[in-house]
Amino acid sequence: MQKPLILTAAAAFAMASPALAETPVLTVLTYDSFTSDWGPGPVVEAAFEETCACDLQFVGAGDGAALLARLQLEGPRTDADIVLGLDTNLTAAARDTGLFAPHGVTADLALPIAWDDTEFLPFDWGYFAFVGNAGADAPTSLRALADSDIKIVIQDPRSSTPGLGLLMWVQAAYGEDAPALWADLADNIVTVTPGWSEAYGLFLEGEADAVLSYTTSPAYHLIAEEDDSKVAWAFDEGHYLQVEVAGKVAATDTPELADTFMAFMASEPFQSVIATTNWMYPAVTPAAGLPAGFETLITPQKALLLSPEDALSIRPTALEAWRSALSQ
Amino acid sequence: MVLKINNLSLVQGDFSLRADIVCDAGVTAVMGPSGAGKSTLLAAIAGFIAPTGGQMAFAGREFTDLTPAERPVSMLFQDNNLFPHLTIAENVGLGLRGELRLSGQEKEAVAQAIVDVGLEGLAARKPAALSGGQQSRAALARVLLAGRPIVLLDEPFAALGPRLKDEMLDLVRERLIPKGQIVLMVSHDPNDVKRIADQVCLVAEGRVSAAKPTDEIFENPPDALRAYLGDMG
Amino acid sequence: MALRAVAINPRWPGGIVAGLVLALTLGTLCAVGLRADFLAGLGVADWAAVRFTVLQALVSALVSCLLAIPVARALARRQFRGRSAIITLLGAPFLLPVIVAVLGLLSVFGRNGIVNNALSAVGLPEVSIYGFHGVVLAHVFFNMPLVTRFILQGWLAIPSERFRLAASLGAPVGRLLEWPMLRSVLPSAFLVVFLICLTSFAVALTLGGGPKATTVELAIYQALRFDFDLGRAALLALLQFGICAIAAIFAWSATQRDEGGAGLDRAVQRWDGGVKRDAIIIVLAALFLLLPLGMIVVRGVAGIPELTVDIWRAALRSILVAVSSAVLCTGFALALALRGGRLASVVGVLPLAASSLVVGTGLFLIVYPFVNPARLALPITMLVNAVLALPFVLRSIGPAVAKVEADFGRLGTSLGLSSRVWTWRIVLPRLRQPLGFGAGLAAALSMGDLGVIALFAGDAQETLPLAMYRLMGAYRMEAAAAAALLLVAVSFSLFWFFDRGGQIGAQDK
Repeated sequence: MQKPLILTAAAAFAMASPALAETPVLTVLTYDSFTSDWGPGPVVEAAFEETCACDLQFVGAGDGAALLARLQLEGPRTDADIVLGLDTNLTAAARDTGLFAPHGVTADLALPIAWDDTEFLPFDWGYFAFVGNAGADAPTSLRALADSDIKIVIQDPRSSTPGLGLLMWVQAAYGEDAPALWADLADNIVTVTPGWSEAYGLFLEGEADAVLSYTTSPAYHLIAEEDDSKVAWAFDEGHYLQVEVAGKVAATDTPELADTFMAFMASEPFQSVIATTNWMYPAVTPAAGLPAGFETLITPQKALLLSPEDALSIRPTALEAWRSALSQ
Repeated sequence: MVLKINNLSLVQGDFSLRADIVCDAGVTAVMGPSGAGKSTLLAAIAGFIAPTGGQMAFAGREFTDLTPAERPVSMLFQDNNLFPHLTIAENVGLGLRGELRLSGQEKEAVAQAIVDVGLEGLAARKPAALSGGQQSRAALARVLLAGRPIVLLDEPFAALGPRLKDEMLDLVRERLIPKGQIVLMVSHDPNDVKRIADQVCLVAEGRVSAAKPTDEIFENPPDALRAYLGDMG
Repeated sequence: MALRAVAINPRWPGGIVAGLVLALTLGTLCAVGLRADFLAGLGVADWAAVRFTVLQALVSALVSCLLAIPVARALARRQFRGRSAIITLLGAPFLLPVIVAVLGLLSVFGRNGIVNNALSAVGLPEVSIYGFHGVVLAHVFFNMPLVTRFILQGWLAIPSERFRLAASLGAPVGRLLEWPMLRSVLPSAFLVVFLICLTSFAVALTLGGGPKATTVELAIYQALRFDFDLGRAALLALLQFGICAIAAIFAWSATQRDEGGAGLDRAVQRWDGGVKRDAIIIVLAALFLLLPLGMIVVRGVAGIPELTVDIWRAALRSILVAVSSAVLCTGFALALALRGGRLASVVGVLPLAASSLVVGTGLFLIVYPFVNPARLALPITMLVNAVLALPFVLRSIGPAVAKVEADFGRLGTSLGLSSRVWTWRIVLPRLRQPLGFGAGLAAALSMGDLGVIALFAGDAQETLPLAMYRLMGAYRMEAAAAAALLLVAVSFSLFWFFDRGGQIGAQDK
């Protein structure tokens, strides 16, 4: 009774993945929400397959951090040709694996900072920001937030990329004074969630006045839901950047196809869907500009970003400061 | 063809029992005070308890180390002699070879055994639909069908009223004895013993004494039996 | 003089299952450990996490058990309309995916929840759910109903003659009948809840309010996901097994054996009053369970039109996984229960202490060299879910198997029944009710599980909980709430289907 069920199931899945021997397959390891129905994945796949005479397969693996862990688990034998969705907090560790090859793409990047990484190429970026309700008191700096009695939800830097982003934000803005800021921020924090979804859900349920997210989050509500009640708060210290990148796996069995994809990534068909599917800024501004609604978003005066190497080396002490300040 | 229990010793904690008996065809009653070890003795013969020493043999063939099912023994317990979710026919049929799928010939034998104990027409019922006396009959039918030479009765009829109990004892006498089976029956009731038993074994003070004819033992009861029977004897 | 065991119990299937469980729990841990470089031991923060983990699990288990006693007692004593519905509902919270339950709880106890809105309406200060008490509250919400069901089974197994005897003697029912029953049921129920809470991660973190509420499981997550420190993850997982072992030894030494296994439809007739108190207890318990459940329904209904075909497809896939897991799991549990002995007891709690992240990672390491993990996502999920649900099903059928053995073991042995006939025709038909409950639990648990699939799943294997998280990750909170409602509805239907199925025509006696 029991065995056949499993076998049937296994057989069904084996059939589900197309075994097209003659068509080359490009495997792109990415995070879950990129490949979801509402993410950029489906559109990107269709557009790339139109020109490449290949089969583009996305493999989803949790979030950005899970992606790196997955790659480390697989090691040099990985089937992935491209890894898409790491951010600058993770690229140093990714580089250390020695699994990546130079991307060789030159593109007119619309990043607020200079980009000269030869292995990792940005496909989108955004600013971390606190998102609150329109009309409510909006603090104008991290310091003002810490001194207020506004309630916020944040993500745990030990399990979530935005959580780690905030850790770096405070670190980049305050340096040695970061522990003091965390100490003052502690009483504003309603709770710390394992991931972005839980935090954002709690905020929408009214559990907090604001949530750590992105400056682009209000664009989703505005464009997809025609709801202008959510706003991102602009802070004087500047906003920390998240730059999402992709890299070519050195051991890929289809290097030309991988190169083609990397170049495609910086091109119009890919970049034009990013804004309203990934809800981030495209790395290369599309010909038609940004979608209507994006112009309402705040544009921070100052972009903060630690180098990947600094981000990696500073993490243990920053985490410990965060942990002890919030454990009081 | 006798059941021979030679120097059998059963030990558990500070309880111990030694047995040295010989049983011939017919009914042997096992009597003795509560806790003396009557059921323990039967459980050892049936193979549920491993003895610490001694041998048990039937017709010269030792069965001390055989599993319960391999022994020439059928047993009826104080309760739970029928599986409640199986029909009477299925319950009885299990006596043949522990299988529920039976051949046509075997099914006929089952039907005959059910008729023999007076349960005609009830083969398809479940035990819950039968009276207590009928349930006992069904269990007995299974023992009949199994046809094993040694039958152990650990007070299976204790819950029945006096008249039903007498009926069952008579049924045992009628159906089992003529086939030359050796019946060992635990009993508390001297009337039952006098009614059916050819001989009596006493279990007391850690010993199972050799069997003596029923008349003899009640005419001149040993001290242990006298103490146990009190005024009843 | 040795009592011979029931020799017709098949032993090898239990052996295979035990091997499988050991492979999936300790074996996967080894697979992770073998890949690790053990650089450093555990730090101060890790030991703080261990302390918090054990403390919250102890308190959660204690409160769950203490609250479950009066509820089970009230349900055992009273017969009323809707009683069986409430008993079935007792399975519900346990089956909820964590985030769904947390959002349900928050809509009652959160800053903007029913309780605080009511408090502020009458001018009272708000109460915060976040903190140690919040973690305990959520764990009690999950586990108290489960303990109630376990205890209720014990209560109804006390023969009503004994209550009559106690009443006629004017003897104290509590000390004479109830305390011995609780001594036999509570330690293992406590152990189960303790272990469930031990491996808690999202509940503890989300409601704990900050890094104070760090559990060992979160530390494992961090080690695996962010630091890629397999050695630390393996050490922490080992530590978790160690705590489990200590807890199990305590629980087993506190347990007194007692017979169990009666139906749940019978109310115990009692002569010691307290109708009003029982009614209040039942109403309070029902409110505690139903309000958050009701809020989940309310939150989800609006989004139902937003559910796409893919979500329904994911739901079907989840049902397939859940039903297969349930079948596998009940088969495993039966094999183990029939084998019995210490091995079965150990194997029966190991999965509770296993970190599903370590299991997933270890399996990945084992499978990866041979086959593309995405291809095995669903079969592996079925298998792992079956093993993870095993402790609950085993707990459910264990007493009933023991009773069949006690009642019919000697008869079956003396008749020379084959292992096949004994298992399929004698034992199995007498286990329908606990098997139904167990299968229902297993199916529903599997329905809501996310642990392993997340690491293995490609696109084609999306399950409903994964789809729900992906919706949340894409800002689609309303659709996610609807998916959560669908998840709850399907889980609960599966549970109800199995649980009721086991009760129909369950026994001829």
